Amino acid sequence: MHRITARQPALLAGLAIASVALLTACGTSSPSGGGETSAATEIGEGEGSVSILAWPGYVEDGTNDPEVDWVSDFETQTGCTVTSKTYGTSDEAFSLMKTGDYDVVAASGDLSLRLVAAGDVAAVNTDLLENYDAIYDFLKMQSWNSVDGVSYGIPHGYGANLLMYNTDEFETAPTSWDVVFDKASENKGKVTAYDSPIYIADAAVYLMAHEPDLGITNPYALDETQLAAAVDLLKAQRENIGEYWSDYLKEVSAFETGDSVVGTTWQVIQNSVTTGNTEVVLPEEGTTGWSDTWMVASEAKSPNCAYEWLDYIASPEANAAATAYFGEAPSSDAACEFRDDCESYHAGDEDYASQIWYWSTPIAECLDGRTDVECTDYSAWTTAWSEIKG
Amino acid sequence: MVGDQGLVSVTERDVVAPPRATAARRISTFLSSHARARLALLLSAPLAWLVLVYIVALAALLITALWTVDSFTGEITQTWNLDNIIEVVTGSLYQAVTLRTIGVALLVTVVDIVIALPIAFFMAKVASPRLQRILVIAVLMPLWASYLVKAYAWRSVLAEGGLADSVSGGNSPGYGLPATIVTLAYLWLPYVILPIYAGLERVPNSLLEASSDLGASTGRTLRLIVLPMLWPAIIAGSIFSFSLSLGDYITVNIVGGANQLLGNLVYTNVGAANNLPLAAAIALIPIAIMVVYLGVVRRTGALENL
Repeated sequence: MHRITARQPALLAGLAIASVALLTACGTSSPSGGGETSAATEIGEGEGSVSILAWPGYVEDGTNDPEVDWVSDFETQTGCTVTSKTYGTSDEAFSLMKTGDYDVVAASGDLSLRLVAAGDVAAVNTDLLENYDAIYDFLKMQSWNSVDGVSYGIPHGYGANLLMYNTDEFETAPTSWDVVFDKASENKGKVTAYDSPIYIADAAVYLMAHEPDLGITNPYALDETQLAAAVDLLKAQRENIGEYWSDYLKEVSAFETGDSVVGTTWQVIQNSVTTGNTEVVLPEEGTTGWSDTWMVASEAKSPNCAYEWLDYIASPEANAAATAYFGEAPSSDAACEFRDDCESYHAGDEDYASQIWYWSTPIAECLDGRTDVECTDYSAWTTAWSEIKG
Repeated sequence: MVGDQGLVSVTERDVVAPPRATAARRISTFLSSHARARLALLLSAPLAWLVLVYIVALAALLITALWTVDSFTGEITQTWNLDNIIEVVTGSLYQAVTLRTIGVALLVTVVDIVIALPIAFFMAKVASPRLQRILVIAVLMPLWASYLVKAYAWRSVLAEGGLADSVSGGNSPGYGLPATIVTLAYLWLPYVILPIYAGLERVPNSLLEASSDLGASTGRTLRLIVLPMLWPAIIAGSIFSFSLSLGDYITVNIVGGANQLLGNLVYTNVGAANNLPLAAAIALIPIAIMVVYLGVVRRTGALENL
């Protein structure tokens, strides 16, 4: 069985990021300094308030749905009043963090490293967090939440981009992504794909297994040739695409009506489809996914309340509530005690998790440690993505 | 009392005093004799607002297009260069998307005018005053509903097994450019009907009767009398549907399948790519197209008759 592990390049990626971080630190004469590597040594008295930047659905205080509230408990427990802002894309969050208005940020892997490199977030002393121990080991100290052996946050939850298919169209379950790539023409006009440059990594994962000659070892570290191969694959796929999706409700409706019959998806989408004629699989090539991290701003105005929040949101009950609401696996077995759907998210299944290449920001310095070539960065991916869509 | 004072002042003072030369009166005297100054004062406030809202925003757009983004830090580097504009003008992607967008906008405009002409003619010339009012309300009614609701309604109409499928026996166009054109034509139709309706109202019935009395057929009357008088109104309607279609990106996202228009490129460059300068450069394309379009329209003389 061909299995891909996301861990091997972690150390190299960490080194690469660290060196970039160093360069950035030298390049900008930050007057504050200091904040980048010195983690807190104790949690002091709370400051009375904490400002949080997060994905929608991560910080719910009951205003959206009175039933959905895990912030009020935190406020009564710690006396820290929470103000929160949500963001729609990692890029938006990146520019919002530059304002310095936020103490805590929930970052996906395609954001976290940029924040570390730009010095916007501080190292996190996980010894201070009671709930850190219970978190799954395979989420700790990964390339997207630590640099050079220093932790920059605590895991929140994770999920995989899965292959969803319509059971009326597929008599046997597909086992490979080839149904959306090489064999996509069998369902011409009914294939769907995620509408973001980061989807290029999905093509790279496929090429890793099917075109070993290209030498791709990390789908987020593509040199010019490898990117061109992925772009060609996606341009061929484009001919068979019915529509792309980025709003998950759009994909739910497309699968319910039958406008899409096969394509990449999230577990929460499968859970939302009401017609019951869809299934999801994790194909044999492995897949991409996301693993989110709570991070503390390097110039946080309320560092103590920020640590309180990190500890609270990792606590089983709060973590269960937040990850269940968003539709992803929680960060600990203890959290599963408070959820009844952990199995469908494969929470704690390390084998399952090891097949996921978590989103990372592609940067010029190859994440897989190659030094003889320059890799394509996210802006090159964005341009490529526009060209693929044509 | 006012009259009293006037009379009294004659006796109390030696002469009738000229109105006292207060500042307000001096300004008023000046303005009454300087029409241009009067106009300038009257218009300066709204014009200042206009400049602030339109010109400054446009200028900011143009300037931003001349900067670049540092791909790693995501911050805008304020060094002047034409890279973005050159890329947008020469890149095959942008040329293809621009042509597609113009094609969609033109087709939407044609479809709208073809539908709007008979409706507007019926409203203005055939319907009773009562029916006329009802029809105006009926045409305006869709504008009360949200744009998104209407676009999603079309999404379900065009979906597999949706209304379009059952009416046409499974030959729905599905999601794609045809669906985009249909939906946009639906969305902008009121903006085309109303100016044409207003234009037809201004065509006197007596002219139509005179034409008929002189032996012209209906077709000839329409071609030689109505159409020339209606031309400016059609142009006005086309400006609405054409420019609104040029900038749209939501409809094509909802019913356009995998296609993208200029608006989508702007959107992804601002949102996903964090590349405001390139987005600004792309946004200049529809502006340039509209300037050309208005220039052509101006040459036909249609604007003078508006």
